[in-house]
Amino acid sequence: MTATHYYRCFLGIVSREALRFVHQRERFVAALVRPLVWLLVFAAGFRAALGLSIIPPYETYVTFEVYIIPGLIGMIQLFNGMQSSLSMVYDREMGSMRTLLVSPLPRWYLLMCKLLAGAFVSILQVYAFLLIAYFFGIEMPPLGYLTLFPALVVSGLMLGGLGMLLSSVIKQLENFAGIMNFVIFPMFFLSSALYPLWKMKESSLLLYQICLANPFTHAVETIRFALYGQVNFLSLLITVGVLALFVGLAIYGYNPARGMMSRKTVTTG
Amino acid sequence: MLAALVAFLVAFAIAPLPTAEAITIYVSNEKDNTISIIDGDTLEVVETVPVGRRPRGIGFSADNRQLYICASDDDTVQVLDLETLTVVGEIPSGPDPEVFVLHPDGRILYIANEDDNLVTVVDIEERTVLAEIPVGVEPEGLAISPDGRWLVNTSETTNMAHFIDTETMEIVSNVLVDARPRYAQFNHDGRYLWVSSEVGGTVSVIDAATREIVKVIGFSIPGISREGIQPVGVRLTSDGRWAFVALGPANRVAVIDARTYEVEDYLLVGQRVWQLAFSPDESLLFTTNGRSNDVSVIDVGRLKVTKSITVGRFPWGVAVRP
Repeated sequence: MTATHYYRCFLGIVSREALRFVHQRERFVAALVRPLVWLLVFAAGFRAALGLSIIPPYETYVTFEVYIIPGLIGMIQLFNGMQSSLSMVYDREMGSMRTLLVSPLPRWYLLMCKLLAGAFVSILQVYAFLLIAYFFGIEMPPLGYLTLFPALVVSGLMLGGLGMLLSSVIKQLENFAGIMNFVIFPMFFLSSALYPLWKMKESSLLLYQICLANPFTHAVETIRFALYGQVNFLSLLITVGVLALFVGLAIYGYNPARGMMSRKTVTTG
Repeated sequence: MLAALVAFLVAFAIAPLPTAEAITIYVSNEKDNTISIIDGDTLEVVETVPVGRRPRGIGFSADNRQLYICASDDDTVQVLDLETLTVVGEIPSGPDPEVFVLHPDGRILYIANEDDNLVTVVDIEERTVLAEIPVGVEPEGLAISPDGRWLVNTSETTNMAHFIDTETMEIVSNVLVDARPRYAQFNHDGRYLWVSSEVGGTVSVIDAATREIVKVIGFSIPGISREGIQPVGVRLTSDGRWAFVALGPANRVAVIDARTYEVEDYLLVGQRVWQLAFSPDESLLFTTNGRSNDVSVIDVGRLKVTKSITVGRFPWGVAVRP
């Protein structure tokens, strides 16, 4: 195994993921419409609700539309993570995953390639979303569009890792919709995506603590601070830690000797 | 798609940044009886100076070495030395002074006495009252034409802008405007006078020569009721391009194209935005936000609010020293 092999494999996986992204136009449109509906419909209704207090990283009052941008970016990446895990379950059911897994390259490497490819696709979606939001008059600080990038890589990998972990546990495609509802909705609503946590704390301390324990909150906060050229070290650390945990468990789950895949192999033949 | 994205990022990377200069911002805190001093480079409060009771309108002496402060509940205009930051004197003002304007020659101060329906004319050096001009009920806004010839006072209850000849010290004409005119401001060449009406929710632009209203500017912000829009402070850029109007409890500053009188944008600032002041190069505009106890900083070039700085309670007046 030389570096060339690794590189060729990486290119193969990324280009397959990119092709899937290009060919599934509906998926791309859906990925953009979802946050845009939140931004243009939901946020418009709550326009006057915010702007009451200044919390870091903001230096002045922001409208609700501006506040929920990082949350919606997180939403795009969360859905993308789920989507790519869905495609993994699908690949496994259809048998095309076996082509991938017979590769002599180590399995953890294949999974990492897959993860990176998914994160790459989610980042494309995020920038397309920001571009559209910009034309609706919702602007971020100019340099924020650049400083956002590393945060997107970390949060994209973390949420992709979550999807991969789920796909290693879920046996069948049919189960997936239920699990997704269980994961996506609580993760999104019990986070700082839609409302600042101090507001949550005012109404319920317990909910506030749940939000704080939600890794999605920290992905969103990492993104939020990055958009303003700042680093929220605590959130970044938690996001990276959770990323390592999810990916570690996913690699374990896909290990033919131990995890979910071995049982799968036994049952299918 | 990718090309558009790259162009988009590059356009942002080269966006101009506001130029820094050594300025100092002074803010009167109506409730705290203090003046907050903000460093123009760091945009942080560096000092808080106790002054008379209920400080409202503030402004500099002609040499920028002293700050005149309307201490409304002490019925006087205090003189704050900006080197030592101590009150070094008082200017007789008549009761309850709210705002004043300085004559362009720097020697005469015109002070509005809200309770007595008077404008008091004071010689600063002699500390003597030269005249008391009777005006409408509850005089409030004051403006002086760039050549010093015309003084304008707005009376909140009479709903008029009174044009006063500074030589004879008499009212020569009255212009009826919308309810509760709060603030008046001449444009850079003195041809037009802008008057904000707090309750009427409008800004009237008056031709200073004919004393006719040439335009009444209205405001509308989605999600905010008409009553919530109360125009107060007005500032005009000296290039004649922009007008900024503080909209009080609407928590926004309206950006108006001063050539077409069209409202271009509403900038979100703190609560109950009251008065405005430019930096000397007009690259920054500072707003006092009475209810949220802070000062917002507007980047005039980009028409964006960049920061809000916490000051004392009920910030009212703001002045920027070069």
